[in-house]
Amino acid sequence: MKNILIVARKEIQEGLRNRWVLATTLLLAGLALSLTFLGSAPTGTVGVRALDVVIVSLSSLTIFLLPLIALLISHDAIVGEMERGTMLLLLSYPVGRWQVLLGKFVGHLSILAFATLLGYGAAAGALAATGAEIDAQSWTAFATMIGSSILLGAAFIAVGYLVSALVRDRGTAAGIAIGIWLVFVLIYDMALLGLLVVDQGQVLSGGLLNTLLLVNPADAYRLFNLTGSAGVSAFSGMAGVAQTATLNPSTLLAALAAWALVPLALAALAFSRREL
Amino acid sequence: MTGTVDIRDVVKRFGKVEAVRDVSFSLLEGETVALVGHNGAGKTTLMKLMLGLIRPTGGSIAVLGDDPAAGQFGGRRRLGYLPENVSFNAALTGSETLAFYARLKREPGQSVAPLLDRVGLTHAADRRVGTYSKGMRQRLGLAQALLGEPRVLLLDEPTTGLDPALRQSFYEIVEELRGRGATVLLSSHALTELEERAGRVVIMNRGVKVADGTLDELRRIARLPTRIRLKVTDAGLANVPNWLGPVEAWRRVNGHMVEIDASPERKIEVLRRATDEGAPVEDLDVIPPTLDELYAHFLLSQETAR
Repeated sequence: MKNILIVARKEIQEGLRNRWVLATTLLLAGLALSLTFLGSAPTGTVGVRALDVVIVSLSSLTIFLLPLIALLISHDAIVGEMERGTMLLLLSYPVGRWQVLLGKFVGHLSILAFATLLGYGAAAGALAATGAEIDAQSWTAFATMIGSSILLGAAFIAVGYLVSALVRDRGTAAGIAIGIWLVFVLIYDMALLGLLVVDQGQVLSGGLLNTLLLVNPADAYRLFNLTGSAGVSAFSGMAGVAQTATLNPSTLLAALAAWALVPLALAALAFSRREL
Repeated sequence: MTGTVDIRDVVKRFGKVEAVRDVSFSLLEGETVALVGHNGAGKTTLMKLMLGLIRPTGGSIAVLGDDPAAGQFGGRRRLGYLPENVSFNAALTGSETLAFYARLKREPGQSVAPLLDRVGLTHAADRRVGTYSKGMRQRLGLAQALLGEPRVLLLDEPTTGLDPALRQSFYEIVEELRGRGATVLLSSHALTELEERAGRVVIMNRGVKVADGTLDELRRIARLPTRIRLKVTDAGLANVPNWLGPVEAWRRVNGHMVEIDASPERKIEVLRRATDEGAPVEDLDVIPPTLDELYAHFLLSQETAR
């Protein structure tokens, strides 16, 4: 356990030093703040549920951005250290390979969680400061959104590690990471949409649609946040989908958690067999 | 004397290449062992096997009671390793880097500053490792290998990039650790440098161990001639066979010098004659076969045996 924390601490130290933490936090805060104030334009300043609008726009932002950031920091974690030669020395120390991997995971996830919490929190804080009325339900939904965003980040960090543990060089890892991002964030949904249009409800039953949505962590995240609370789903235009896809929030959360844990376990397995 | 590293019938294949073939040896406490061989002879592979970075295709390895191939790492707290091309994360400072490695070995934070001082890096302790020169990185690498009073030190080409003064103090540190019972395994190309330091030499060639023993033992096995150099007067130079007796091989060098390659059993006889009452010899040098020559000899004899 102590080894994991030692490695995590070093990852965070490095993240602070090479400005990863700063850059990510500023990026998320900047985008969140501009979405908050531009996003309130259509509803007007009298909008009672201003935070719900913010949740909808921020979760759309998260789906694009957090997987990208997560893959950027994670795809290099193993293969990069091997290529630079630092892994050779680290593994000659009294530390298990799984401890190295978990330590990096804790470190990278802390960086991501810190940036998300601070960036998105700034947006909510700014909204509250302008005097918008926010009720307890909206705050809960907002906190849940941040929590699930971090979980989504964890899933893509784990996927990035799996790639990093399997490939031979950094370039390949970067290429595959971009491919994974494109597939899960853009292509998958388009393909699913096209399929639904072509199919016209003939073959694709609700059950199959459910499975297809769970298989993509980005979709699980989207459904979880946009249909999770009644107030939010009314704004997001997802009420229709929510009725067809009968997935309850705990299933969606479990799917996200599985997306973090299974690739992480596979990455640990692949890393333990690597020779260097 | 107890063993710290035990290697038995180890084979390592990378695809079709056999990097190490049936190598066995054990290392004892308090000995400095030189691992000698060409590039690709299997030196680095052997060290990686001892660290569990790669797993042997056959045979068994034990390091401080651990089986590194099975992922056991408890004993590594008392093991120091310096890789051939040591590298560190460029973003952290020298002392931060060393503190990280000290924590992994459960060494107190106070041990960092004295170690940096010992390798002469105190002035650069708070600079990023990215700004270090190659020699400074090598010194930092040495410092991390010395963390925690290691019982086994594996040093892969440790003195490359070190200036002569630091090289000297490096060998002093190594000798001090050895004196306290550590096993030191050094691999190097700089054979003349190892000659005075290593109590024992293991010669590798193409993955096979070709010789293993103290320098004296190897000299005896190799039966290489000892070079005897005599400074002779003008008069003596004219009739060398008369006073030297029948010698197998002698030649004149630099005018007044006579050089003799004496086989081990003829060595004393030649010396007696040269130091005899009437011998026209003004000065003499006895040069035993160097590690370089021994190395070349063992490589050649293995090549011809193949």
